[in-house]
Amino acid sequence: MSSTQSPIIDIRGLSLAYERDGRRTEILSSLDLAVPRGQFLVIVGESGVGKSTLLRVLIDLAKPSTGTVHLDTDPQKTRTPMALVFQDARLLPWRRVIDNVAFGLERHGLSKPERRERAAAMLKLVGLSDLAGRWPHQLSGGQRQRIAIARALAVEPEVLLMDEPFSALDSFTREGLQDEIQRIKAQTGKTVLFVTHDIDEAVYLADRVVVLAGSPGRIAADVTLAPPRPRQRRDAALVEAARHLRAELSRRSAEL
Amino acid sequence: MTSFRSAALAAVGLAAFLALWEAAPRLDLVNPAFLPPPSSIPAAFAREVAGGAWPRAVAESLSHYVVGLGAGAGAGIALGLLSGMFRWFESLTAWVVRLLRPIPGLAWVPFAIIWFGVQPSAAVFIIAIGVFWIVFFATQGAVRGVDRDLIEVAQAFGFRGPFARLVKILLPAATPGILVGLRTALGQAWMAVVAAEIFGVPGIGARMMQASSLLSTDIVVVYMLTMAGLYGLFDTGFVALQGWLLRWRA
Repeated sequence: MSSTQSPIIDIRGLSLAYERDGRRTEILSSLDLAVPRGQFLVIVGESGVGKSTLLRVLIDLAKPSTGTVHLDTDPQKTRTPMALVFQDARLLPWRRVIDNVAFGLERHGLSKPERRERAAAMLKLVGLSDLAGRWPHQLSGGQRQRIAIARALAVEPEVLLMDEPFSALDSFTREGLQDEIQRIKAQTGKTVLFVTHDIDEAVYLADRVVVLAGSPGRIAADVTLAPPRPRQRRDAALVEAARHLRAELSRRSAEL
Repeated sequence: MTSFRSAALAAVGLAAFLALWEAAPRLDLVNPAFLPPPSSIPAAFAREVAGGAWPRAVAESLSHYVVGLGAGAGAGIALGLLSGMFRWFESLTAWVVRLLRPIPGLAWVPFAIIWFGVQPSAAVFIIAIGVFWIVFFATQGAVRGVDRDLIEVAQAFGFRGPFARLVKILLPAATPGILVGLRTALGQAWMAVVAAEIFGVPGIGARMMQASSLLSTDIVVVYMLTMAGLYGLFDTGFVALQGWLLRWRA
């Protein structure tokens, strides 16, 4: 039985490097990070700093060179302890919306009506029940990303990984989805690991912001954000946190 | 140009073609025994149908066509998938493919006759070989071209084995490319039907050779038009099926 204090994700000494044409490139270097259960953790950093790579390691799309990742998830609860929302939605174009949402459930040993039922509940959660019968090409970018979120939530993961999920959207859609993901987080209580390069987005969403910087990427700052939810975008504490993180990032860049 | 106008022009073109064809033998520009006028075709067609030769020949040819197409396309899709999915399989077969691929289907006729005799199975074999290569390369290319990002989606959701990858992603994603190959094969297989039957396997091709040796050119034309009609029918049906299967595309 795991205590509530033990982190749901415990990363120790994680490094990742690849070799091409005899040249070794390090992407992440001896990273330590513990994520408490239920935290909304946002990882910020410039592109190429290894933020996405970290998520890919967690979901087993990439293998670390050294280090360990310990997950304190309960295999009895779900067959998919973590689910990833990609930056570009990546819906399967030959499946209708409802069947895209049900995709991950096809290895959960559920019958088709059960899968459809759960997918329909997830569509309702993201407010897109009307689109169940549509094809992905008929959706807007924001709708597609919400469907991708529904698809990830459908497998009932304990941790939701999000890789710059709103960065390709226009600013109106982005702000709408930022509010939506907070609502979903509050409603489901999931642990969320959210990667972005947008500092304002980070401070608006996060319980805690971790800054990755350098090459290879290391943790440059680790800030806890206290303001209660629902938050105001212009909240003084958030503006101050954003200012501090910007300063920290530019100081780190100057050092390199 | 409006669609009505282009349809009208197409009708005019066809009428002119038939008029020229009719005029040539009637004005003795060509020996009518060598080129029967189109007006003589309906009567010839009625005779063939009434005598039972036409339905029999069509049924025989269709069975060669369908079985040969099915066998060739089935093998082409199966091996194309394997070759598209597994580098080792592609390497294993690379030189064999390079050796066999340039051999035209008709070059297999001697072996078809030796192995199967002048039998329907010989015709099926020749048709299947022609179809096989088209579908094999179309499938291999389509699988190779599947977006890696979609394969990652399957992996991220825990579908990690080759079978899951095939069923969940590769097959549906490669379907448009496979269908393009199949449509080409549909036409190619008709050519192979006639070629295979001209060597004596009963069917449309054999009936045409029989008629031509008796200088019944009107009957030859009946079967030429029959093939055009059947091909048109299959192609139209296939395009409809293709549209339905790919209704998810923009």
